[in-house]
Amino acid sequence: MPTTRRQFLSLAGGVTAAGTIPVVTLRPLEATPAMLNSAIRNVVGEAPIRTGKVKLDIPPLVENGNTVPMTVSVANPMTADDYVKSIHVFNEKNPQPNIGNFHLGPSSGRAQVSTRIRLADTQKVVAIARLSDDTFWQVAADVVVTLAACTEEVN
Amino acid sequence: MAALINVPAKAKRGDVIEIRTLTSHIMETGFRHTAAGDVVPRDIITSFTCRYNGAEIFRADLFPAIAANPYLSFFTVAKESGKFEFEWIGDNGYSSTASASITVE
Repeated sequence: MPTTRRQFLSLAGGVTAAGTIPVVTLRPLEATPAMLNSAIRNVVGEAPIRTGKVKLDIPPLVENGNTVPMTVSVANPMTADDYVKSIHVFNEKNPQPNIGNFHLGPSSGRAQVSTRIRLADTQKVVAIARLSDDTFWQVAADVVVTLAACTEEVN
Repeated sequence: MAALINVPAKAKRGDVIEIRTLTSHIMETGFRHTAAGDVVPRDIITSFTCRYNGAEIFRADLFPAIAANPYLSFFTVAKESGKFEFEWIGDNGYSSTASASITVE
């Protein structure tokens, strides 16, 4: 789905607003397919997921979905009593909704993880962070993929 | 089996250092088919662990959506001189280890 200028601007505006005033949402971001939703619920349980704190660096347009660089960072101190426990990354349209779970601790110093992922289609990627007080924070990013990964034929 | 590890050789006590790891693995998703229509069985790394002088500082559960030759970068606080040990575990009994040492002053 090509993103129009209007959609882009409203999305960018939404991100800015969410950055200043965290919006409490009881459900994951809107229009999430059932599989993504249940994968998120498997990790989060019934806890509310708030928007904010988490930053997902991923190219908005990728030519090859077989290797997409991705960095997740969480704006949270890493002290003995206030730290990021784990970071979970999900996708919307790959055959499987999970991408990776990353477990950190107070000795991590900085809540940031980078890896390279596969994307089978143009879709949304969601990153969720679990803090030491068991609150959950999320962010979503849309990625346009021109060459899909995962399901192609083996030559 | 080959792994590339990037850990600073020296650090000041209390510094936050970045650790980068790359290992060679096909990460076959289990969702691909051959031209004949047979499913290619899944063969991925499912777990990665990093220990610093024996204590676990980072662990990752990996899924087929991680690209081939998994690359992981993460951070830790340099506390004392010693050794980082890395372990990758995967399907079909796959296991691989690597290590790197650091001098903290």
